[in-house]
Amino acid sequence: MRHDLILRVIAKLLIPFILLFALYVQFHGDFGPGGGFQAGVILAAAVIFYALIYGLADARKVVPEPLVESMMAVGVMIYGGVGVAGLLLGGNFLDYFVLDHDSVHGQHRGIFWVEVGVATTVSGVMLKIFYMFADRGNADDE
Amino acid sequence: MAITVLVIARSRNLFGVIVLGGIYSFLMATVLVAMDAVDVAMTEAAVGAGISTVLFLGALYLCKSEEAQPVNKPWLPLLVSLAVGAALVYGTVGLPEFSNPQAPIHTHVVPRYLNDIKTEVDVPNVVTAVLASYRGYDTFGETTVVFTAGAGVVALLRRRRNKSKDRKA
Repeated sequence: MRHDLILRVIAKLLIPFILLFALYVQFHGDFGPGGGFQAGVILAAAVIFYALIYGLADARKVVPEPLVESMMAVGVMIYGGVGVAGLLLGGNFLDYFVLDHDSVHGQHRGIFWVEVGVATTVSGVMLKIFYMFADRGNADDE
Repeated sequence: MAITVLVIARSRNLFGVIVLGGIYSFLMATVLVAMDAVDVAMTEAAVGAGISTVLFLGALYLCKSEEAQPVNKPWLPLLVSLAVGAALVYGTVGLPEFSNPQAPIHTHVVPRYLNDIKTEVDVPNVVTAVLASYRGYDTFGETTVVFTAGAGVVALLRRRRNKSKDRKA
């Protein structure tokens, strides 16, 4: 399976589009269906797809494990950071309208960063769980 | 969907069960699209049919692909689940009709969301606005739950791996 030419070529063709679609879902979530959670899952699915075709070791090279682990925490910190930023700027926790002079722009900014935080945590957690499962399988083989 | 569920319950081949689970998720996603809940349908298709199928397959890789024959016939659990299901169906009888504009949920906060969202948030997708802005606390909680789940899995699986290394050494 590691040397299946058709799978490798198709995967190489598809993965950029999956990544692009994840970004689309992420940043177009304000206008259409989608948002941080879905984008995070699609992002993780792209990397899992890569890992299935090219093997776990190559996927680890592309998305190293420390990065995935820190993504899990950084996402929550971004979300919480938006809340604290609202606090520092004189509003309540998770008040977005103080983030900009124009309260509507502040809402946009707040939602954007909150969604970024959600996507980061979700994709980090999904990838980490996948790495863990796949890794145990490999460990049993040895 | 009913057929899928019945086959899942009867089948002993776990690989088939996982594939059928994915099919069930896709069917569920179509039902959700039919009910105009596109955001939820997208999540169902991505998480239910995509990620969880892959994770189940990963788990299947670690164990046998045939389910063991149960020791005794599980009549009591079947009775309990049937009773709970009947109670839930009985509960839906009391709910207002689907897409009834006079339903309590449509007269409480929904008018405010729909009318003021243009001036307050100005985001075309109301679901995103409610999720990230009006209900920001809830979403923060959800993100924390996802993080906690991931941390729990890491804690559990990593310790097991270290133990097996110790055993080898």
